[in-house]
Amino acid sequence: MKRGRRSGILILALSGAALLAWWLFVPGRVHQAPAAQLEAEAAKLRDPALVARGEYLATVGDCAACHTERGGQRYAGGRSLATPFGDVPAPNITPDAETGIGQWSFGDFWQALHEGKGRRGEPLYPVFSYTSFTRVTRDDALAIFAYLKSLPPVHQPDREPGLAFPYSVRSSLLAWRALYFKPGVYRPDPARSPEWNRGAYLVQGLGHCNECHTTRNAWGGMDPDRHLAGGTIPALDWYAPDLGAQPGGGLAGWSRRDIVDLLKTGRSARGVAFGPMADVVRNSTQHMSDADLQAVAAYLQALPARGPAAAAPVAFVQAASHAQGGELYARQCAACHGKHGEGVPGIYPPLDGNGSINGPTATNAVRSVLLGGFAPATAGNPRPYSMPPFAQQLSDDEVAAVVNYIRQSWSNRASAVRPAEVGRLRHTPVD
Amino acid sequence: MAGFGRPAWTRTITISAMNLSSSLRWLPRAGVVLLASGVGMAVAATDVPDSMQQRVAACASCHGARGEGLPGDAKVPRLAGKPAGYLLQQLESFQDGQRHHAAMEYVVRPLSPDYLRRIAEYFAAQQVPYHRQSLPAVSAAARQRGEQLVRHGDPGRGVPACASCHGSTLTGVEPMMPGLAGLSYAYIDAQLDAWRTHQRVSDGPGCMVVVANRMTGDDVAAVAAWLASQPPPADMHPLPASAQHEPLPGWCVLGKNEVNP
Repeated sequence: MKRGRRSGILILALSGAALLAWWLFVPGRVHQAPAAQLEAEAAKLRDPALVARGEYLATVGDCAACHTERGGQRYAGGRSLATPFGDVPAPNITPDAETGIGQWSFGDFWQALHEGKGRRGEPLYPVFSYTSFTRVTRDDALAIFAYLKSLPPVHQPDREPGLAFPYSVRSSLLAWRALYFKPGVYRPDPARSPEWNRGAYLVQGLGHCNECHTTRNAWGGMDPDRHLAGGTIPALDWYAPDLGAQPGGGLAGWSRRDIVDLLKTGRSARGVAFGPMADVVRNSTQHMSDADLQAVAAYLQALPARGPAAAAPVAFVQAASHAQGGELYARQCAACHGKHGEGVPGIYPPLDGNGSINGPTATNAVRSVLLGGFAPATAGNPRPYSMPPFAQQLSDDEVAAVVNYIRQSWSNRASAVRPAEVGRLRHTPVD
Repeated sequence: MAGFGRPAWTRTITISAMNLSSSLRWLPRAGVVLLASGVGMAVAATDVPDSMQQRVAACASCHGARGEGLPGDAKVPRLAGKPAGYLLQQLESFQDGQRHHAAMEYVVRPLSPDYLRRIAEYFAAQQVPYHRQSLPAVSAAARQRGEQLVRHGDPGRGVPACASCHGSTLTGVEPMMPGLAGLSYAYIDAQLDAWRTHQRVSDGPGCMVVVANRMTGDDVAAVAAWLASQPPPADMHPLPASAQHEPLPGWCVLGKNEVNP
């Protein structure tokens, strides 16, 4: 009897496991739209005005940034996107029938953008920022789809994601989605101005600013309470600063014009775009209309004031190497950034009160000292000035000393960085 | 992709960094008046020079204020006076991932095609005096072998003479062929190795991938040693395109536009 019951349990467990395996591993079927429907849709999508609007929106969404390999054909995919869970190559979104979205209906596209699901209904990896794109309206999505369908098809098969188990099993995303993904088109707030609402729509939706400018937890989930409050970009290892422009925010003191200038030209009186943001400005925001940039600035300026959590610790202690850092600063930095970190507006960014280098981590300051580099070349600033890289000239101790000096001088009251951290950042890949 | 660590030649570079600070000493004072420019950007009227030399400070810390390279046996090449077409092709290769060097890739990444061309033209136009490179420790026989390869090649293995493409003066040929004179042993050796191992590639079959793979490791060292041991000629200008008498071999394609002078 006992043995019978045991084998019964075993059979039950095995069939349960088999069911689970089937559920986990057997993909659904591609939903193929009827040919007649595709044909009718295609005619509508060829409207040049719709395609032109889609091109603008695809630029605002910076789709090409991920969906283009370095040196590769635009939108043909292949760029490997690094995440803490493994690499996910961006797919080909040119209208190639075999390897791209040539056979997709608008319904398929909407399902991906709005619901984060592929053509088989499989959950997509959220490195594709559908957590933001879900706010995009159906009209805008249609325009983007029309634009993508108008591109020359490129035959380039997608590569498989290089994810470790259990992330390699797509169904593992079901739990993630339940926790961190809420589908829904942006709903305008009638209490706010149309300009603010436009800004909110762009920032929260297509612009997907929050995908970098927030803190993610160990599962890559975002805390809605930390919306645009700044965070380290996973895998890339840059600090995307707090975008709050009220007191305590990372853009505190930035005028509307400063924000617009940075997005349009890559430089402003308060700072320049560098690291991944230089790419964003160059590929996306410099091409945005003035009205849209003003709307984005209006929205950011209206973000709530940040709590006092970021205030200087009571027992603020300067790094022991402050004097050494000051000497290095005077010798290597002051000529451009000014004796008191005041910078030269529009040319060399101020360091005093600069939210990007005063953040909770010293990553940006350390990497900027190591890598130097140019502000992005844009229509508004075609021949940008630059900063020399100091990786070859300064030791880890020296970089830490000068960064700590900058982060703890004038009005700056940020934490100190250890030389070992500089050593780690020295070997962080640049792409 | 590897990062870039602190190399053994740091001391040399620190010296050049001091040169850099002194050459950029006439930098801004804060007496600043805000003006509105055409694009709506608040640009300061400052005494920051509106010059390419000032704008490309990022290049100067490794390549020298005018692209003269670094003293000593550094892996950093001179840029001054190299053909603009060649320099532009290298900048594009760092941008599109064909040529690898973390620091270079990061620096050129946010630049436009037009600005890359201006930077290439800026360094191509610089004429600076060159010093003899420090002599590498290789045998006399190896140097002799190096000279043989540079002047006459090794027909038995299909290795053309360096001088047949890089100019009889080894100062390069317009518009795409870089000069070899004035480069350090470390740089030439590293680049030939990079071609051999396909770490450095270019569009098309790429001449140097083929040539370098017909050379042995000893040949590479010998060529690099002989080239680095020669006093640079007084006139470092690349030769005009007309100096290239013979067409390059069919397997040799230069640049994105498949320039084959």
